[in-house]
Amino acid sequence: MTGRLSVITAAMLGAALFAMPVAAQHAGHTAPAPASAPNTAPPLTPVDPHTGHAMPADPADTNDPMAGMDHSHMNHGTAEDTASVSPGPTMETPPPPEAGSGPPRAADAIWGADAMRASRDDLQRTHGDFNVFWFQADRVEIQIRDNQNGYLWDLQGYYGGPTSRFWFKSEGEGSFGERIEDAEVQALYARAVSPFWDLQAGIRQDVSGPSTTHAVVGVQGLAPYLFEVDAALFLSHRGDLTARFEAELDQRITQSLILQPRAEVNLAAQDFPRLGIGAGLDKIEIGVRLRYEIIREIAPYIGIEQSWRVGDSADYARALGKDPSTTNYVVGIRFWF
Amino acid sequence: MLDRNISRRILLGGIGTGAALATIPAWAQGHSVHSGHGGSHSRGGPRIPAGFGELSGEIIDLTVGSGHRIVEGRRGPGIAVNGSVPGPLIRLREGQNIRFNVTNNLNADTSIHWHGLLVPFQMDGVPGISFPGIRPRETFTYSFPVRQSGTYWYHSHSGLQEQSGHYGPMIIDPAGPEPVEYDRDYILLLSDFTVLDPHFIMSRLRTGEGYFNRQLSSWTDNYPMSGEERRMWAEMRMPATDIMDIGAPTYTFLANGRGPTEGLEYLFRSGERIRLRVINGSAQSFFNVRIPGLPMTIIAADGQNVRPVEVDEFQIGTAETYDIIVTPGNAEAYAIVGESMDRSGMALAMLASRPGARATVPPLRDPPLLTMADMGMNHGPADNGGHLNHGGMDHGAGKEEPAAGASHNMDGMDMRDTSLLPPDVAIGPGVDMVSMAPVDKMGDPGLGLRDVKHRVLNYRMLAALEPNKDIREPSRLLELHLTGNMERYMWSFDGRMYSAVSDVPIRFAWNERVRVKLVNNTMMAHPIHLHGMFFELVNGKNAAHQPRKNVVIVQPGASAQFDLTANEPGDWAFHCHLMYHMHGGMMQTVTVVGPGGAK
Repeated sequence: MTGRLSVITAAMLGAALFAMPVAAQHAGHTAPAPASAPNTAPPLTPVDPHTGHAMPADPADTNDPMAGMDHSHMNHGTAEDTASVSPGPTMETPPPPEAGSGPPRAADAIWGADAMRASRDDLQRTHGDFNVFWFQADRVEIQIRDNQNGYLWDLQGYYGGPTSRFWFKSEGEGSFGERIEDAEVQALYARAVSPFWDLQAGIRQDVSGPSTTHAVVGVQGLAPYLFEVDAALFLSHRGDLTARFEAELDQRITQSLILQPRAEVNLAAQDFPRLGIGAGLDKIEIGVRLRYEIIREIAPYIGIEQSWRVGDSADYARALGKDPSTTNYVVGIRFWF
Repeated sequence: MLDRNISRRILLGGIGTGAALATIPAWAQGHSVHSGHGGSHSRGGPRIPAGFGELSGEIIDLTVGSGHRIVEGRRGPGIAVNGSVPGPLIRLREGQNIRFNVTNNLNADTSIHWHGLLVPFQMDGVPGISFPGIRPRETFTYSFPVRQSGTYWYHSHSGLQEQSGHYGPMIIDPAGPEPVEYDRDYILLLSDFTVLDPHFIMSRLRTGEGYFNRQLSSWTDNYPMSGEERRMWAEMRMPATDIMDIGAPTYTFLANGRGPTEGLEYLFRSGERIRLRVINGSAQSFFNVRIPGLPMTIIAADGQNVRPVEVDEFQIGTAETYDIIVTPGNAEAYAIVGESMDRSGMALAMLASRPGARATVPPLRDPPLLTMADMGMNHGPADNGGHLNHGGMDHGAGKEEPAAGASHNMDGMDMRDTSLLPPDVAIGPGVDMVSMAPVDKMGDPGLGLRDVKHRVLNYRMLAALEPNKDIREPSRLLELHLTGNMERYMWSFDGRMYSAVSDVPIRFAWNERVRVKLVNNTMMAHPIHLHGMFFELVNGKNAAHQPRKNVVIVQPGASAQFDLTANEPGDWAFHCHLMYHMHGGMMQTVTVVGPGGAK
């Protein structure tokens, strides 16, 4: 084996500068001389005038049949040597004027600008900033609680590029056999303001209860420690200001089993007796859901969620004969596409 | 000794057994494949067989058609050149002229790019840069002189067709003698197969983070990470497990179009010298290649001869090629293992002393993890000449070392200190990380291979066999930053996706000698490919023997440099050869002004 490798090495080196001594070194081997040795010897390896080293660069490479086998552990591969072996500039400078300017249009001269236009447009459109559609039903669930069981949906999605998107959201909940409690849809335009955060602005329409339109400003994104955060301010056409903060965290137990703690806080700037909302902290929800991803896109889940009406909101709830504290056992499905 | 006169220079793509056996030359089956079936990625249409035939001559007709492929019983979309995946071996001779008549039988535009070939730019086959593309039912004629020799390949540069099978091997025999002797000459083209429409994959990469990674960290994984390290990765919103965006089971890794159980084999007789031309023709995969029990002597990289160097394993990035010589001994068979870099699967072939002989296949090794060094966090001013000093190789600290570095570094550490970037980098949402102290990692064997016990190739070990013609010292430095946002799946040079810089080329003056420094501000290894020209890796060799390549892997958080003589005028594509990264924006046009001067 070693002999053979030496033969190969010798054959290869036959084309290189130090062919003669190496070939001589291996002359005892039985292999025929390489038939492929070039007719003319290549020029001497140039010693760069800029280098301070007197030796031809990397002598091991040319003399050692095992050249390059494990340079990383040899001494001659340091960064300093790199600079001296193949010197070059270390500060970036602009291209010379001879490099020209303007868009790349070499192909237009061959095929014609008209012939090139469609393919140029297509290349530009499909390499980088192209639109995708995403829809997610984050929570679609039945809520089992002490008195009247209920339901909830929480949907969102977008269409757009990586930094500029049209978002839509919808949330709603209610109890079976009763009128729907809350339902809203949002249409938002979002721009990326940082790697992990989108700034969103648009409108929200409440479609249950008193018809209300809100202006929305919010941020949505991924916080450190991988919290999915959605926070928004809502200003209704009546001048009422409310806020909502949601955070979710995916804790992967296995590749398919995921535990998701979730928290939501609702705030109000003033009392809205008609909506049963009191100024300040209005409602807090804390829950945890355990989902199993049958495929990434489809995951049924079970969970438990506790919600509290707080402060004046709790009083409003009591006045309506409702318990301000509710524990829900939830069964639902999360899906997206 | 064996009789070399008889067995010398047999070139085969290997023999497939079982379902994939194709006894009819692949191109002869072209008609059944190209009967006008629709869309470019449908799973309908005729079955496309694995394996390839061979074409040579001065005029070669190629036809691109669609159909379906079945790999290990799974049916996926197929786009084939001359009715097979991979497409036919195109075998040319240095110095000849070639005309390719390429007919498009798809319902979408197509193209063929001759990867690594020195061609007039208008023959390079990139729609939107070098030519308008080939419309459905059209025949386009490429014609150019063949100015080089070595192992190359070809593939579509249109849409996402490469993923569905639009690729094939190409060999150019030298006008003179080969510099090395061998008895058999084989091709091993590694690639990745999926049952999915590649457009679905692209969409999921944008919308479903980690969608194709089934090795994510979890409460029940076996990764040697402490709780503190896990919290640190979570705090940074970076996955330590993002080694490859797509792994098995989404991908089945292929050897010459065949899955690991589909029996690709190469025959040998003990003591023969076998040249294996390894081509990574995948869309998005890196492979770690080894043949347990057999050392491999690398004799060429990206088609260009290098001084022979013996290793036990090498990493091959997407679109790279390596020619190796192996000399099988007395074993009945040897396994050629192309383990995916994330170690979710492997491409497999056998060196067999008789048909059907099989060697033991080693199990997949544990998946590697990214470390703080992959974020460009490095101890000390240099990394000892590029070889990796993290992972505990030299410190004896084992797996704890990254954690120690992390804990000591995390206080006040800014993973995105944009003040470290030069002013010509656009800072925005598309840049989620800035490498803090990027060092040259030419000596890095690649993710997962930094702590293996045997000899592994790295770029510092490569030296050009024939001296480079242009050894001028570069007159200027061009620094390009590889940037990205994993969460949004945005990829770019200098913070600008191709869609933003389609009219802003990287410009070179005629015959200008430029040193290009690529700084990777992402946590992924990017195989960066320049069309139309070879460049020479600045790898510690003297200028005359810096290895010529057309793809350079830039390691995560690290830098890499190459020297370029801009002597091929025209517009050229320059991009990350991970297909979904290129489509994610990591691409720019390179314009080389002709000898006539600036336009």
